[in-house]
Amino acid sequence: MPEPLLTLAGVHTHIGQYHILQGVDFDVPEGDLTVLLGRNGAGKTTTLRTIMGLWKPSRGQVTFAGQAIGGFPAHAIARAGIAYVPESMAVFSDLTVEENMLLAARDAPLQRARLNWVFSFFPALKRFWTHPAGTLSGGQKQMLSIARAVIEPRRLILIDEPTKGIAPAIVENMIRAFRELKRERTTILLVEQNFRFAEAVGDWALVMDDGRIVHRASMADLARDAATQRRLLGLSLEAQA
Amino acid sequence: MKPEDRATSAASPDSSAEAAEPIPRAKGDYLPLALLPGLAAGALAVMLWQGVPVSTWITLTIAALAMGMMIFVIASGLTLVFGLMDVLNFGHGAFIAVGAYLAMTTLVPLAGWVEANSLLFNLAALGLAMLVAMLGTGALGLVFERVIIMPVYGQHLKQILITTGGLIVAEQLIHVVWGGDQKPMTLPTALRGAVVVGNVALEKFRLLAVAIGLVVFLGMLLLLNRSKLGLLIRAGVENAEMVEALGYRIRRLFAVVFVAGSALAGLGGTLWALYRETLTASIGSEMIVLVFIVIIIGGLGSVGGCFLGALLVAQMANYTGYLAPKVALASNIVLMVAILMWRPQGLYPVAKR
Repeated sequence: MPEPLLTLAGVHTHIGQYHILQGVDFDVPEGDLTVLLGRNGAGKTTTLRTIMGLWKPSRGQVTFAGQAIGGFPAHAIARAGIAYVPESMAVFSDLTVEENMLLAARDAPLQRARLNWVFSFFPALKRFWTHPAGTLSGGQKQMLSIARAVIEPRRLILIDEPTKGIAPAIVENMIRAFRELKRERTTILLVEQNFRFAEAVGDWALVMDDGRIVHRASMADLARDAATQRRLLGLSLEAQA
Repeated sequence: MKPEDRATSAASPDSSAEAAEPIPRAKGDYLPLALLPGLAAGALAVMLWQGVPVSTWITLTIAALAMGMMIFVIASGLTLVFGLMDVLNFGHGAFIAVGAYLAMTTLVPLAGWVEANSLLFNLAALGLAMLVAMLGTGALGLVFERVIIMPVYGQHLKQILITTGGLIVAEQLIHVVWGGDQKPMTLPTALRGAVVVGNVALEKFRLLAVAIGLVVFLGMLLLLNRSKLGLLIRAGVENAEMVEALGYRIRRLFAVVFVAGSALAGLGGTLWALYRETLTASIGSEMIVLVFIVIIIGGLGSVGGCFLGALLVAQMANYTGYLAPKVALASNIVLMVAILMWRPQGLYPVAKR
């Protein structure tokens, strides 16, 4: 079992008076893709935002590569090597695709080879290079959001529901991209409701409910276990086929 | 931002097979620009109908240009602060006033240069005065941001209350330091009077104000479009949280923009006091309503919109001030309502999260 790159221990997060995360414990093994599953409102997005420093944990520890990062500001966490692809994609609409990418490449100038590698998965970004990002379609914006997170190698990428509302052809591109990233030993923590996608890319599964982790398993085990799927996620893979 | 052709940078990918297919350019949004000549033409029509000479229209239009530039200089900082930091700073008027007073004080020991009939010495004196004004209000802005604004981030009502309070306190402090009487702001010798072209008198100081305003506008466009800092500001206006998540210290960016906005207000206040040739502590609060109208018309966070809005507001003020003085005050509110009915987010809204 590889060393955990990221560890959450007893993490609570309050948003105003709402107690969203109620003691979250999990490890994210380095170099693998871990999927965070669960119903709407379970606390998955809050978990990612807490790790990213956009919300402060009220209790508990977040440890990344041996360093406690709980309570750090988001820019420091980003500089520690964590990239974030939010649910809303958060592309800068008035900036061109190129300018979005220039911002994302903060450590060094845009590397041509790396950029071509990104274009191989997301060719639309090359076509719309000088266009304002706001003119892109939803799927293309999602590509841009992911491209921003991978234009420079990062140790951990947090991705929130990338396939939501995206055409299947683009989802295929994403699957290829994630597999390439894993080959690079990039660690990914992915929030997903699309179980088929999760099963296609995931090594490990964490199921979240009511602000806590209620099930941990390898993705292979969970994919075989239709009963647990039905119980925790209200679905089974056969039903989705 | 006004849409412009953006040059592709050195990191542009090699196109190979895809070079054949022309990529459709995003359409520029130029319709609001038509308002400028439209308003000017409308005023001209009314004046000709009333038998007013064209030279008067020209004089008013130049005056509107000058006034518009000065308002733009003042308002540009405010629109970026609101767009980027989501902060409503009614205290912006304090920087206008303090800047003007600092300039006035700087000009006192430079009286020799001011009186001299040499454009060079006059401009040097003014330049120094503007520099002091900008440095002073920039520093004041830094203090203001840390002490007054920071505790109330994200709370609009408290921002309005506390910054209005800051404005009042600043005005009273000006009374304490400089006295509450009206001060004269003498124009330097070589900048008094007008240049006569044909039968039109073009006031010299107004021409200088237009020049300075253009320099500021072009400087801002260059900074926003061609520098990494500009990129950060434009991105931050849309989504400051994402900029921070990409690894940038957003609080530092806020401070830089706030200080720059305050410095520009100080510059604008200096120009405005010289334009009016008189100075009181209420110069800030007199201007602030117009400034807010301008940034709302232009679209919060948009420098191009602010430029256009400032010129429109100045046109309105000058034309109605001549044609129908009784409605001059209300005319700008009417202009704002009319524009918001057409585009509720302002002329060039910046896309928000």
